[in-house]
Amino acid sequence: MLVYTAKRLLLAILVSLTVSALVFSLLYLSGDPATALAGERANEADIQAIKAAYGFDQPVYVQYFKWLGGAVQGEFGQSVYFRMPVIDLIVERLPVTMMLGVSAMIFALVLAIPLGVLAAMYQNSLIDRAALLLAVVGQAMPSFWFALMLIVVFAYWVPILPASGSDSWEHFVLPTIVLGYYATPAFMRLTRTGLLDVLSSDYVRTARAKGLSPAMVLFKHALRNAIIPVVSLAAVQFGFMLTGSIIIETVFALHGAGFLAWESISRSDFPTVQAVLLLFSWFYIILTFLADLLNAWLNPRIRVA
Amino acid sequence: MTPRTSRRVGLRGAAVLAALTAAAWLPTPAEAGKANDTLNIAWDRELPNADYYFNNSREGIVVNRMIWDNLIYRDPNTGEFKGLLAESFEIVDDTTFEFKLRKGVTFHNGEEFDAGDVVATINFLLKPDTGKLAQQGVDWIKGAEAIDDYTVRIYAIEPNPLALLYLAGDVPIYPEKYYAEVGPSGMGQAPVGTGPYKVEKLVPGKEIVFKANENYYAGSPKGQPAIGTIHQRTIPDVNTQIVELTSGKLDWIWKVPPDQAEKLATLPSLNVVSAGTMRVGYLTFDVTGKSGDNPFQDVRVRKAVSHAIDRKAIVDNIVRGASEVIHSACFPEQFGCTQDVTQYEYDPEKAKALLAEAGYPDGFRTEFYAYRNRDYLEPMLGFLQQVGIETDLRFGKYAATRDAIRSGNVPLAFMTWGSGSVPDVDAIAPVFFGGGPDDLAQDPEVHEALKKGGGTVDRDVRLAAYDKALNKIAAEAYWLPLWTFNTNYAMSQDVDWTPTADEIPRFFLADWK
Repeated sequence: MLVYTAKRLLLAILVSLTVSALVFSLLYLSGDPATALAGERANEADIQAIKAAYGFDQPVYVQYFKWLGGAVQGEFGQSVYFRMPVIDLIVERLPVTMMLGVSAMIFALVLAIPLGVLAAMYQNSLIDRAALLLAVVGQAMPSFWFALMLIVVFAYWVPILPASGSDSWEHFVLPTIVLGYYATPAFMRLTRTGLLDVLSSDYVRTARAKGLSPAMVLFKHALRNAIIPVVSLAAVQFGFMLTGSIIIETVFALHGAGFLAWESISRSDFPTVQAVLLLFSWFYIILTFLADLLNAWLNPRIRVA
Repeated sequence: MTPRTSRRVGLRGAAVLAALTAAAWLPTPAEAGKANDTLNIAWDRELPNADYYFNNSREGIVVNRMIWDNLIYRDPNTGEFKGLLAESFEIVDDTTFEFKLRKGVTFHNGEEFDAGDVVATINFLLKPDTGKLAQQGVDWIKGAEAIDDYTVRIYAIEPNPLALLYLAGDVPIYPEKYYAEVGPSGMGQAPVGTGPYKVEKLVPGKEIVFKANENYYAGSPKGQPAIGTIHQRTIPDVNTQIVELTSGKLDWIWKVPPDQAEKLATLPSLNVVSAGTMRVGYLTFDVTGKSGDNPFQDVRVRKAVSHAIDRKAIVDNIVRGASEVIHSACFPEQFGCTQDVTQYEYDPEKAKALLAEAGYPDGFRTEFYAYRNRDYLEPMLGFLQQVGIETDLRFGKYAATRDAIRSGNVPLAFMTWGSGSVPDVDAIAPVFFGGGPDDLAQDPEVHEALKKGGGTVDRDVRLAAYDKALNKIAAEAYWLPLWTFNTNYAMSQDVDWTPTADEIPRFFLADWK
C-alpha cells in the first residue's frame, strides 16, 4: 500500500507540474498579455510601460518559476483587474463555490441513491424505466438550459425563489438543483449496477436463506457494499462540480470562484485566471488521488495493478 | 459580448423570451424602483476597479462620471464645454489652460477641494511607474501648477486639439490627502470624489450602492441627482437580467441582443431604446505587403472587396438597431469625420471585373483575421466567396489579433474601434493611418495631413486636413469602413432616461416619470 501510495503521489505531483506549465502558458496563448491588459486605446508606450510594471518583459521561464514558487506558497500575485492580492479574492469567493458544491453533492446523493436502490429492486419495471429516463434527461440536458428554465418557472411564473445573487440560502436552491441534477445519473446508475451485482452474490443469497428480512438484507448487507464505488465516484464528481460551477455561477450571478474564473478570462486578468485554474486543478488532482487510495484500500487487487 | 456568447445567448434567449411572454401581460410587481426611489440597474461585467485610473472598462467610465467630477464638463447633447469643478476656464495659449476653481466644494469624505487636489491628481498621472492603464487621455500633459488656492494652470507638451475633451472625460480630480493615504487599492474599495453620487456600499464585482450626494454643489452642469439611490448589480447572463427586468427586480439593463430587444419592446411595462455607439467596424488590408506579397497590395483588389460586401443588407438584417453603414474611416459624429468621400456601393459584378483586371479572374484564397461578432463576420465571408475570394478564418482574442496585425502577419482583418468615446477624428484616424504600428497603409501624404489636423486647435485647418486624409484613405481603399455599432437599452416605463451617442449612461441625468 505504501509503494502504491508513493507512486500515486509522484504521479499527482507530475500532473500538477504539467498543469501548472499549461496554465502558465495560457497567459501567452491568447496574445501579448500587456496588449490585452492595456486595452484597445493604449499606444505602444503604454504597452511597454505595462510590460515593465507587471514584469512581462522578463524571460518567460523566469516568469514561470517566479510564479510557481509563489503559487506553492499560496502567493499568486496581484489581480490586475481588482488591484488586490489574488489569494484574498479567492479566499473571499471560494466559500460560495464550496457551499454550492457541497449542497449540490448532498442533493445529488439524496436523489440518486434511493432512485438507484428502487431501480435495482424493481429491475426492468416501470420504476426502473422512469429512473433511467431521469438519468438520460439529466445527462442530456445542458445545465445552462435547465438553469434558465428553473429561473423562468420559480423566479418569474411562480416567484418564490430569487433568480440571481448569493445573499441568502434561497439564492442557492436553484443552482444546487441544477448542479446536483447533472451529477445524479452517474450516482444512480452506479448504485443500481452495484446493487444488482451484490444482490445476486452468494452472501446475499445466504443472508436471505438465513431468513433475514428483505429490508435487513438490502440495507445491512447489500447496500453497504454496493455503495462503496459511489463514495469514490463522489470524490471525483466533487471536482467536476467545482469546475461545472463556472457556468452555474454565471447564470445565477453567484459570486463564487467559478464566476471569478469566467470574469477573469473575459477581462484578461491573467494572475487570477492562472490561480483559479491551478487551484481547481489541484482540487481535482487531490480528490482523484484520495479516490485512488480509497479504491486501493477497498480493493487490494488494484494495488498490484 | 463575444460572438460565441452572442450566439448562445440568441438560442437561449428565444426560449426564455417565449416562456416569459406567456406571463408578460401580468402586472409588473412594484418590488423595487420608483416606489422606494431606487433605480436598480445591472450590467454583465464586474467593475474591474472603482479607481478610474486603473480600469479600462466602459462600466468604469459610467461609474467615474457618477462619483467624480472633472475640471470641465462636455454637454453630451450640444458638445459645449462648461465649467464643472472649475467655475470658469481660459485657453491662455495653445499649450496653457487656466482654471478658476469653485469654492466651497467638498469631497464625499468632507475633505475640502482646492488647487492642491488638481495638482496632486495631475502629478500622480505623470508618474511613469504606477501601473495605471490607458494613458492616452493624460500623456499630452506636461504638468500642472497652482497659481493660488483656487487657480490652476495645466500645461500641454504641444498643442493638442483634444485637450479639453480629455480634461472633460479622462481626468477626474481625486482628493489629495485621501488618495495619498489609501492609494489605488483603497480608492478602488472605497471611492471618494466630489460627484453627484457617493458610494454607500461596494462589494467588488458584485454590487455598488450609490446614494445621491446631498451636498452636491449648486450650479453644476451635471445638475442635482434626481434619484435617491442607484443599486448596481453584476449579472453576467443577459437572460437572467431579462427575467429580473421583466419581474420588476431591475429597472434598467443594456447591451441587450437585437432579437431579444425586439421582443422585449412588445412588453407594455418596458421601454426599449437602441442608440448608436462610437464604435465602428472596418476591414483592414495589408497594403504594404508586411505579411508578404498579397493581392491586397493592388488597389483594384481592395476596391473589389469593397464592392463585394453588401454592408446595408448586413446592417438591416443582422446588426440592426441604430447602426448605419459608414464610408469614411471614422464615426460620423466625430469632429472632422466627413462622409463626402469615395463610396463603394454593393456591386458584385464590378468586384469580379476589378479582380479580373488585377489578374485574379478566378479569385484567390486569403487568411482572414477577426476577434468578435462572428454573426457579422459570416455573411461577409459569404459575400467574398460569391466573387471568388475564399477565406481561411483566423478567429482569436483581441490582443492576439492586434499583435498579429502589428507583427505583419495579417493580409485581411475585420476589426472595430471605439475611439474611447472621444468625439473627434483625432481619436481614430491617426491610430491607424498616422505611421504607428497599426498603420498598414504607411501613406506619407495621409501622415502629413493627420499630423496637421492633430497639431493645431484651429478648426478650419483641422477640418481641411482631415478632409484630405479621409478622402485619400477612401480613394485608395486602405480600409473598408463597415458600419457603426449600437447598444440596446431596456428599462422600466417608470424610468426617464435618454441614451447618448457616446455610450456613456449618465445616471445623474435620470429621473422617474
